[in-house]
Amino acid sequence: MAYLELDSLTKAFGHTLAVDHFSLNVERGEFVSLLGPSGCGKTTTLQMIAGFEEPTSGTIHLNGRDLSGVPARERGLGIVFQTYALFPHMTVSENVSFGLEMRSIRRRERKARIARALDLVHLSPFASRYPRQLSGGQRQRVALARALVIEPELLLLDEPLSNLDAKLREEMQLELRRIQQEAGVTTLLVTHDQNEAMALSDRIAVMQAGHLVQEAAPFEAYENPSNVFASTFLGKSNSIECRIENGAIVTTAGVRLDCPAGAAHTGAALAALRPERISFVDPGEAILSGTVTERVFLGDQWLFKIDTPIGELLVTRRNAGRSEPDTGSTVHLAWQAEHLRILATGDAA
Amino acid sequence: MNPFLLSAPALVLFAIMMVVPLVMTFILSFNSFGFYTGIEMTLGLHNYIDVLTDSYFYEIFGRTFAIALATTIICAIIGTPQAYFLTRMRPFWRSVMVLVTLGPLLISVVVRTLGWAILLGNNGVINNALMGLGLTNSPFRMMYTSGGIVVALVHVMVPFMVLAVWAALQRQDPATQSAAESLGAKPWTVFRRVVLPQAMPGVLSGSLIVFSLSASAFATPSLIGGRRVKVVATTVYDEFLNTLNWPLGAAIAVILLVAVLVIMISWNRIVERRFAGVFQ
Amino acid sequence: MKNGRFATVCTILFAIFMLAPIVVVIAVSFTPEGYLEFPPSGISLRWYRAILDNPDFIDAFIMSLKLGLVSATIATVLTVPAALAIGRGSFRGREALQALFLSPLTVPTVVLGISFLRFLSMLGANGTFIGLALCHAVIIIPFVLRLVLASVIGMDPSIEKAAVSLGAKPGTVFRRVTLPAITPGVVGGFVLAFITSFDELTVSIFIVNPSTTTLPVRLFSHIAQTTDPLVASVSTIAILFTVAVMLFVDRLYGLDRLLIGEGKR
Repeated sequence: MAYLELDSLTKAFGHTLAVDHFSLNVERGEFVSLLGPSGCGKTTTLQMIAGFEEPTSGTIHLNGRDLSGVPARERGLGIVFQTYALFPHMTVSENVSFGLEMRSIRRRERKARIARALDLVHLSPFASRYPRQLSGGQRQRVALARALVIEPELLLLDEPLSNLDAKLREEMQLELRRIQQEAGVTTLLVTHDQNEAMALSDRIAVMQAGHLVQEAAPFEAYENPSNVFASTFLGKSNSIECRIENGAIVTTAGVRLDCPAGAAHTGAALAALRPERISFVDPGEAILSGTVTERVFLGDQWLFKIDTPIGELLVTRRNAGRSEPDTGSTVHLAWQAEHLRILATGDAA
Repeated sequence: MNPFLLSAPALVLFAIMMVVPLVMTFILSFNSFGFYTGIEMTLGLHNYIDVLTDSYFYEIFGRTFAIALATTIICAIIGTPQAYFLTRMRPFWRSVMVLVTLGPLLISVVVRTLGWAILLGNNGVINNALMGLGLTNSPFRMMYTSGGIVVALVHVMVPFMVLAVWAALQRQDPATQSAAESLGAKPWTVFRRVVLPQAMPGVLSGSLIVFSLSASAFATPSLIGGRRVKVVATTVYDEFLNTLNWPLGAAIAVILLVAVLVIMISWNRIVERRFAGVFQ
Repeated sequence: MKNGRFATVCTILFAIFMLAPIVVVIAVSFTPEGYLEFPPSGISLRWYRAILDNPDFIDAFIMSLKLGLVSATIATVLTVPAALAIGRGSFRGREALQALFLSPLTVPTVVLGISFLRFLSMLGANGTFIGLALCHAVIIIPFVLRLVLASVIGMDPSIEKAAVSLGAKPGTVFRRVTLPAITPGVVGGFVLAFITSFDELTVSIFIVNPSTTTLPVRLFSHIAQTTDPLVASVSTIAILFTVAVMLFVDRLYGLDRLLIGEGKR
């Protein structure tokens, strides 16, 4: 049995299924992300694990213990809320102390554990400040210390970085990973931010409309998306509508492309191709030619929209300081066949 | 446009209709009164000396502030949890309870007090029920008592308390309650250690409103207390419309005004000092 | 979030406490007897017919209605420009101005009552309708100010700039943009002011004369002398009138916003 086991967890609000037979296993010490757009059911799942929502059906087991009917206060989980939910009338150390007091831990041990927790998140000098006297990143760390100090069996992070600005968010990603590994706590992160999920987790569970669509390590999930949703939600992707005939790809526009080896699929399909896998080549080596319709400079890279015989393609190129084709110019495109991912569509034969 | 020009019409009204009358009342309180001569335009402190040396008036002021204090405390005890429950209700029931709580504010105090007179009388609803259930043989006297006034005043004032506490609670992040719960706090602990401290500014400002309104209430003490249980406001009324000793009535009114203002200002000071550091 | 059983019981008890006096008044008004009895031994409209034999009460009702409309109109017309000035400006004296206009809430009503009495009787205007209306205007201005101020502060200040940038003249900006944006507060303020004036007792009792007696004063003097079911039937009509105004406001503006008075939603 896995450390945390969600077994066909379902939550209905009236007639809508927010979470639909969702199953997931998390091993001890693992960092797993629930990734999906807003409304996909990831927050409801977290609320059910935390004990704030009662599942309509399905079970949650943590460390062999069935959590059904266990009130939130007896689950012993550490939770970092999206708003941090710090107690505004308590100082940093009083906030961290609260959970220990609920466990009737004696003053001396409490002091030692608060000091250790604040040290872990590098906030020792701020112990007697009130939350409103702290910056966003510091508040976040207080929330983390408060959740970790009770030595939770499971740490739940609910969009913990979404209230921070972009630069701080990147810093806190590294910080969060360090703290999680130092504390060695099993962690479940809920986020809509694919970069965050990829940077932090050992495994990603992609959710869509209450279902689990893919569960894999970040690299694996990015390279081998299990369906169209996963391929477009994790990074950018070109989806080419096509049919697979006799080991070759025929696009709806009638263009034949080489199929990656080992694609056993036949019939209607989508070929997914990452924009960074397409390169500009000499006319002789080109698979396709097209016209640049839009060009956007993004600092470290360029983004092109190119009109081709198989439809509009997105291409990204690392900014290496060279001059790039302008809008209206003709470019010649090539890629390696193994970078195409053949995804089944609903009406696959 | 110049803000004072925009406010000018209202300013003129206030200058003529409020500032001048209040100043005139203040002056009136130094005049003297003769039974045959009426108001005499002398200036002296005799009215204040009369009030401040007469145990009769001490009793009235003491009773007034005791009633106001009791009303305030009861309103805080009832109103604070009620405001908290309000924040936790489903939207439909919340609307219903907001209407039940605040709707009576829109009905005349005279009408509401009439209701309490019917409920509290010796032959009233409550006594008949108590005797019908055999809980008591002779009726509890509630009409014409300070206790009866407090009950009716609590009814009039508790909406202000609920409103003030509710406003404070709406400023708090509801996730703080979930956070406390996830850290192992039982419902009562969540209320005492997380909700109540955050509601405290609302409780204190609500207390201030309730106290000052109760200390100067007229209709309720007058109808429930009758002639026997006098408070400051009813005493002022009697001096003006029955004994016709306006200067003495004005002096009592000025003392009431000053007392209420002093209590309000010092209360605000205390509250500001206590909570300055904690909330935005 | 959900309340537990304890909270539900408390809430029900609280609701009973809040509604009991009102329900009792309404119930008692239907008694066929000549005294206040609860529960009434039967249902009769005797005391509603009795109102028709007491034109005093009808006159007082009409007087309160007229007074409420006139004083609420005066208060609203004077307060809207002041609220616009206070709500948007940051000028010296802004706080003082606001404190002044809210001060009738702080000064004990009985003190205001005797002051108005002293002032009006010196002018020989005691008991006149216009004197009464101006006094009521003073005491209801705080209610209008609070609601109008809330909608002025809640208004996005850039919408006026947007109108100017699109070529609107100052008068047009006010008429087409500012006024519609604060209308909910103005209407709410007017209604709250009307109801407050309609229910006002403590000031009125000092400054009415027999020809300008308002309904609350009439009721108060009647109850102080004798408590027959007539006061209950008149009170019930006053309650129904208030409920009708409230329903009207709810349709127009949302009762919650009027009651909470801070324009939060």
